[in-house]
Amino acid sequence: MESDTVLRPLPRSMDATSTEKALAKRPRIGETIIEGLLFLAGVVSILTTIGIVWVLASQALLFFTTEEVSIIKFFTGTEWIPALGQFGIWSLVTATLMISAIAMLVALPAGLATAIYLSEYASPRTRGTLKPILEVLAGIPTVVYGYFALTFMTPLLRQIFGVDNVQVFNTASAGMVVGILIIPMVTSLSEDALHSVPNSLRQAAYGLGATKLETAIRVVVPAALSGITAAFVVAISRAIGETMIVAIAAGAGPKFTFNPFESAETMTGHIVRISGGDLSYDSIDYNSIFAIGLLLFLITLVLNVISRFIVGRFREEYE
Amino acid sequence: MSEKIERDPENYPTGAAQQSQIAKRHRTGSLGRTLFLLATASAVIVLTVLLLTIINQSFGLTAVQSEVPEEVLVQRYNDEQKQSAPDLDSLPKPALVAILQEQISRGLGRRLERDQRFFEDQLVFEDPVLWQEVCASAEPSAGCTLPARSQENVVALVQERVVVPTVVESWFLFDSIFNREEIILEAAEKYPDAELVFRSWMTGEFVASPQSSTPELAGVRTALLGTLWVIAITMIVAFPLGVGAAIYLEEYADQEKWYNRVIQTNINNLAGVPSIIYGMLGLAIFVRALESITSGAAFGVVDAGKTANGRTVLAAGLTLALLILPIIIISSQESIRAVPSSLRKASLGLGATRWQTIWNHVLPNALPGILTGTILSMSRAIGETAPLVVIGASTFITVDPSGPFSKFTVLPIQIFQWTTRPQSVFRNIAAAAIIVLLILLVLLNATAVYMRNRSAKKQGQLS
Repeated sequence: MESDTVLRPLPRSMDATSTEKALAKRPRIGETIIEGLLFLAGVVSILTTIGIVWVLASQALLFFTTEEVSIIKFFTGTEWIPALGQFGIWSLVTATLMISAIAMLVALPAGLATAIYLSEYASPRTRGTLKPILEVLAGIPTVVYGYFALTFMTPLLRQIFGVDNVQVFNTASAGMVVGILIIPMVTSLSEDALHSVPNSLRQAAYGLGATKLETAIRVVVPAALSGITAAFVVAISRAIGETMIVAIAAGAGPKFTFNPFESAETMTGHIVRISGGDLSYDSIDYNSIFAIGLLLFLITLVLNVISRFIVGRFREEYE
Repeated sequence: MSEKIERDPENYPTGAAQQSQIAKRHRTGSLGRTLFLLATASAVIVLTVLLLTIINQSFGLTAVQSEVPEEVLVQRYNDEQKQSAPDLDSLPKPALVAILQEQISRGLGRRLERDQRFFEDQLVFEDPVLWQEVCASAEPSAGCTLPARSQENVVALVQERVVVPTVVESWFLFDSIFNREEIILEAAEKYPDAELVFRSWMTGEFVASPQSSTPELAGVRTALLGTLWVIAITMIVAFPLGVGAAIYLEEYADQEKWYNRVIQTNINNLAGVPSIIYGMLGLAIFVRALESITSGAAFGVVDAGKTANGRTVLAAGLTLALLILPIIIISSQESIRAVPSSLRKASLGLGATRWQTIWNHVLPNALPGILTGTILSMSRAIGETAPLVVIGASTFITVDPSGPFSKFTVLPIQIFQWTTRPQSVFRNIAAAAIIVLLILLVLLNATAVYMRNRSAKKQGQLS
């Protein structure tokens, strides 16, 4: 149709400029509709965010306006016993923080060291073999890691530290496996940061007589520090939000403890356990998981924003 | 100390001191290198240990105790018929039916016969008159029309109803290989009646059987089909939406406009939201608020007693679709961005409209990348457990899911359920289910890698 219009000889009354004008002005309804539809597809993500915030906030509001609950006790209490009307978030938060801390103790050194090796030492061929292995590790479902924690890590810890000292469900085992889970993430993000450090910096260091290690530790890592820090922050957020490993290996039942060999329940583990049962709508249990979810959402959101801020604010410009 | 010396040129070491300092620095250097290499190797070690743990649990010796041992039945048949059949499988059908007649109650026999007859021409448990009535009634039993049971089918029935093998204890694969003697002694002492058999928990039968509360008979068919159904819904929803949004952001959106920047930032933030939060969104919106749609009530397709109040395949698929949407959008954006702008300019210069350019030139070039990203996000969705537990996937389902409005369970949830059972036999079948899940994921990822390599080659030819 369109080509017809274009190829038809120009009417005598029309000169070239007016034809151009006519073509430019012609409304293309199909094009507009398509653009509109594509825009709507983009809007779905906004709706998702609005949905998340609205759902979490409205249900959490219902929870906080219940008689048994006081918002002050929620943020200061250390006992979470719904049956007794005690909702102190700290017993869940401490378990979450403890598992995240253990996870980071495993993932940070291992992840950063792997990233340095891959970026600074490994030959292209070694990289070509190792990177897919890391990708495989990253692609294994978390429920499999949970199984691994319960059937391998826990028995191992119990063998090392004694069956009497380590409970069957414990935060140490869960935390270490969460650490293993996020190693590929720390590695891949840190490696990107290391990789973007310009080669001239390395060559300058070599030229001054620095060894490879000195170059890596004193020149490349500091130059990539913002990217590496951002990777760590994202990894912490991932560890906090991790669910299945802790649901399987850390135990059921909130407990305010700092002993990594005891069982404890994280925020995510509690949500999964409560919602896995037969949950009746508008019960205080149902509303309470949304309050926990809101806190979890805010924590991870803040961490992600901080991470992006670090990248944007402290990026070293070399070129 | 050494820092100070290095920085002060006046005190810089010379001669032997310098040599020894350089040697020391090089030693530190190689030590560092070794440490980094060890850290990297640990990833490989962890992966190996993980896989070995799963394999270790999926195979191994088991002590099996039967209510009526198979040999006793075979022996009796051989004595009576002067035969030498080696095992139950080689017995003829009439002999097997005779065993059933002798060992199971008449009521159970009737039920089995109504499900499917034993012989075409004769009834074993059922009264012929009653049979006629049942078959002539408004709701005839399945047995009235189905062909008779095969010999294998009857063998399975004898196994299930008469022999009833129960695994009383199972051992790990490596123990079974290296400590075989000890296990034999231990089993003989603890379970004198039991038989020690090497068992692979991951079998074809395991994949094909529906779920069951007895671990020896349980399988993953319902969970596997549930996974396939949910993923189908997820991809139908997420793929067009994700690619659409990516096209909008890359090809149409004016980054100066505030709303486009909001969309982009928002997508990046959504990618970092923990998956369990999506589960809560799904629970409140798809399961609860939109119950009439997700349960199928709005379309009048509800099977009484079959629905799960919105806890259906559809609700799960939509939840996972929202979860992987940011991943699909981000990876598709990258592929679209990688298409050289000269292609766009050439097409626009020839008078094509914007959409014609995108559809005929940008998308075909970006497609391999888009598909690779989509497949990777699909494997993420297949492995997701937490959101589906939160929206309330049923945990015990023996009927195959039959459509978007069915109750369902998925493989990861099945694994989660079995892992959390205290009996060790459930750990064995959980490991077997993990193998099924991993095989599924490996197949998907192999496809993605294959496509990536092929498109890389193709682009190599172009340039």
